[in-house]
Amino acid sequence: MNAPHHREWDTLRQSRARRLERAASLGLVGKNGREIPVDRIIDLLEAVIQPGDRVCLEGNNQKQADFLSESLADCDPARIHHLSMVQSVLALPSHVDLFERGLANRLDFSFSGPQGARLAKLVQEQRIEIGAIHTYLELFGRYFLDLTPNVALIAAQAADAEGNLYLGPNTEDTPAIVEATAFKGGIVIAQVNERLEKLPRVDVPADWVDFTVLAPKPNYIEPLFTRDPAQITEVQVLMAMMAIKGIYAEYGVTRLNHGIGFDTAAIELLLPTYAADLGLKGKICTHWALNPHPTLIPAIESGFVESVHCFGSEVGMDAYISARSDVFFTGADGSMRSNRAFSQTAGLYACDMFIGSTLQMDMAGNSSTATLGRITGFGGAPNMGSDPHGRRHASPAWLKAGREAYGPNAIRGRKLVVQTVETFREHMAPVFVEELDAWKLQKTMGADLPPIMIYGDDVSHIVTEEGIANLLLCRTPEEREQAIRGVAGFTPVGMARDKAMVENLRDRGIVRRAEDLGIDPRMATRDLLAARSVKDLVRWSGGLYAPPSRFRNW
Amino acid sequence: MEMLEFRFDSKPGARPTDPALCGVVGSGNLEILVQPSEQPDCCQVRIKTSARGFGATWRAVIGDFAASHAAGGTAIAINDMGATPAVVSLRLAQALADYQGGAL
Repeated sequence: MNAPHHREWDTLRQSRARRLERAASLGLVGKNGREIPVDRIIDLLEAVIQPGDRVCLEGNNQKQADFLSESLADCDPARIHHLSMVQSVLALPSHVDLFERGLANRLDFSFSGPQGARLAKLVQEQRIEIGAIHTYLELFGRYFLDLTPNVALIAAQAADAEGNLYLGPNTEDTPAIVEATAFKGGIVIAQVNERLEKLPRVDVPADWVDFTVLAPKPNYIEPLFTRDPAQITEVQVLMAMMAIKGIYAEYGVTRLNHGIGFDTAAIELLLPTYAADLGLKGKICTHWALNPHPTLIPAIESGFVESVHCFGSEVGMDAYISARSDVFFTGADGSMRSNRAFSQTAGLYACDMFIGSTLQMDMAGNSSTATLGRITGFGGAPNMGSDPHGRRHASPAWLKAGREAYGPNAIRGRKLVVQTVETFREHMAPVFVEELDAWKLQKTMGADLPPIMIYGDDVSHIVTEEGIANLLLCRTPEEREQAIRGVAGFTPVGMARDKAMVENLRDRGIVRRAEDLGIDPRMATRDLLAARSVKDLVRWSGGLYAPPSRFRNW
Repeated sequence: MEMLEFRFDSKPGARPTDPALCGVVGSGNLEILVQPSEQPDCCQVRIKTSARGFGATWRAVIGDFAASHAAGGTAIAINDMGATPAVVSLRLAQALADYQGGAL
């Protein structure tokens, strides 16, 4: 029998108390709505953050705690250093400044879009240590296991006199971050856009929040999910027609998630026209885990859509969402509450289909958006774009896909994971390649694994301008490879196909051309789009959608 | 600018006398003019393109078009500004349909 273990069991609580005392000794006690004057923010951060802390800086590809990020980057690296940053997105210049100025040296994250090149450079100079690149759900999960923040710096719309927070439609990651931090001895600091006597609703109760600061300007929100219909091409219309007729209709896909590209925007805009003409209203696309894409407005207005749960909001969509509360998740106050953790869970377990695009795909169907010299990460795509083996509930689409993959006596179904790509990107860069850049990137990063976004064995279908490849029906690796080559068009890997084998796959319905689906490619014109401009979207919304100025060209 | 010329066997198609013009010369797009030619079992194509060095890809795209359509008896002129093969194939099909009577 071991002796009883003597140790202190409340070191986190003691550490928290010491931090708050240090702040109090500087007169920073957070009375009156736990409010800290804006000009004392650096004093506060230097008082409550310790070297070696794990810090969560809230920011996603939409809402950003930009003022707190800039303030942290302006702290004295002699006082704050060796921070381990845990955050969804490395998107702002100030996020990277933390590492360049010597405040932080380790990063666990999901996505780094616009800062991908600077991040790659820091990695090569060995000035940053990357723990791992996660999907959002993995990172949120680790907040509750081994990556719990000591300090969370978050963004809220408003605080009241007690320090309760209203998060507004861009609720996003905040609930997950605050819950992990506040209940494990951490400190929560919120930047707010405004102070209100009475909040529209309470999203975070005051006793989970330690300090609030009124930011000099409202937190930044990126309109990431707005796609101008004017830029949708006829080839994208053709691919959308094939996807709707060859996949959505055949499997009866009702619950789904769409990626953010123009390819899927084209599908959204064909629902009220092409899909309605095929008699698919009420039979497909009724329930969504999706951000409020403006290009979904015509489908909603046409009665195609019953429900949409959102990861975040979208600039300009708030009034429209509020007026369509049967469709979107809104509070009693009328404004939407999004939640990235729950919507990602819906995308993983409750959706029958994910469809998105990629920059590169290899002959095993692995796809990656990582290209040389840029570390971009994954965001949420790998959650949605994977077949969750833990799923147990059945649906017609899931069962049909499962039987195609595993035979008529299958004991499980299968999520549809669809990649829709033109065979060439701009500047004639082929999407289909023998080897992904991700492998070279793995070497330069010194990473454990190549940054593959969607694994080939999760992909069920590939849609290109040349047709649809159904990988579920392939029975050997050779068939898979030829099915992929068979829709890879005039790329070098497409031209290297075994023509006889591809024709055999076509006879078996594994490769299907537009004409096999009864689609005349010449019908693929922009006239089929329910909206052909942002102005059309505003009209469909009855004037409720207010696009950001950069999308207004009238 | 690069000039390319191809000639492929193709099944004879309808041969109206009026030419057809399809598409626009804009970035990533192309303009296609279809006219009758003297040889009923052959499709001739002349290409002016802003993107140099893609002769082999053009040959494959045009060859595939000539094999899968009844494009015999046509002389096709293309002005291209970097269209992808997907756009070229779609536009060729649309131009031939326009030329042969627009029957879709």
